[in-house]
Amino acid sequence: MSILKELKRGIFLENPTFRLVLGMCPTLAITTLAINGIGMGLATTAVLIGSNVVVAALKNVIPSQVRIPSYIVIISTFVTIISMLMEAYVYPLYEALGIFLPLIVVNCIILGRAEAYASKHSIGKSALDGLAIGLGFTLSLTVIGVIREILGAGSIFGYALTGENVSMATIFSLPPGAFFTLGTLMALINALTRKKSPRKKTVAAKREA
Amino acid sequence: MKLVMIFFGAIFFNNFVFNRFLGICPFLGVSKRLDTSIGMGMGVAFVMTVASTLTWLLQKLLVLLHLEYMQTIVFILVIAALVQFVEMFLQKVSPTLHKALGVYLPLITTNCAILGIAILNIGFGYNLLETIIHCLGASAGFTLAMVILAGIREKLELSDVPEAFTGVPIALITAGILAMAFSGFVL
Repeated sequence: MSILKELKRGIFLENPTFRLVLGMCPTLAITTLAINGIGMGLATTAVLIGSNVVVAALKNVIPSQVRIPSYIVIISTFVTIISMLMEAYVYPLYEALGIFLPLIVVNCIILGRAEAYASKHSIGKSALDGLAIGLGFTLSLTVIGVIREILGAGSIFGYALTGENVSMATIFSLPPGAFFTLGTLMALINALTRKKSPRKKTVAAKREA
Repeated sequence: MKLVMIFFGAIFFNNFVFNRFLGICPFLGVSKRLDTSIGMGMGVAFVMTVASTLTWLLQKLLVLLHLEYMQTIVFILVIAALVQFVEMFLQKVSPTLHKALGVYLPLITTNCAILGIAILNIGFGYNLLETIIHCLGASAGFTLAMVILAGIREKLELSDVPEAFTGVPIALITAGILAMAFSGFVL
């Protein structure tokens, strides 16, 4: 299994946001600016790689009855480390992410990968899986963040695109815009990928029957 | 007066789903039918109130021991243990209630609304009574949002939605329109 193949799987085929519909709360909440999306994505990636490596390393030690609480302890340890580092070195981002930084603990992507992948594979493979899935999450958050920032604030990564007198669609910076952007993007991806997949045939066949 | 403000504020102005973006996963996952969304709302209300009371008391202990940085780890473990305990307790004491709420309990552990409200209560500096009122308001708002969306989704099943939008995308668009309605309370 090559590295590129793994990355492609994490970023496109099993994209956590658009394909698996996991981790919706941070996706909707903090993507008002593109930079917040990148920050949240990278923080989650770091936690994901860390927890995947430790879970894979301890997979023979943890008894299966108490595996979920053990995973939660491992994940929350990494979340605490990351949020302390962010508080020390990137304080504005720490402020912007606010409550969603400690809430990485309950992001179902991380517990999901620990249970479904890291508990069955080697340390190296689990680290790569964490990187791939994490980058997929980061990419989705950044795309949503860029779209909402351009439409809502008229800027991209903080650089103004429009003059001062142009009023933008502020609703995209507000909560409703988050739902609209994500819903439309998901539908767009469905429309683009459904053409190639054989699933459409079965749907069409069902309708005729 | 402050208690009334906290209660109604949590239902309308700062609705957990539409404004704070907490508990979106069960909001999208369980809101396909009316009865399940009411059951989930009840479960969340119960666990949220008990968990917040416990974490509020624990935070006092953490501050006393100068261990505030352990907040995330301690809170999530307490919530996970509590959900497990509540499930066992209900099974013994009230099988009917367990039957009604049982399916939703495991889902509640990973519901970010529970950990979220525990951290928010500490951040706002609420006292114990305000914490409990905030939890009741927040869970009422959460249930309200789920019941409204479930009602709409039951109707949507029968309507002709564009193929690419079926399922989650149309639910998100619907939630967006609802969020616009709820943002009317703020202005």
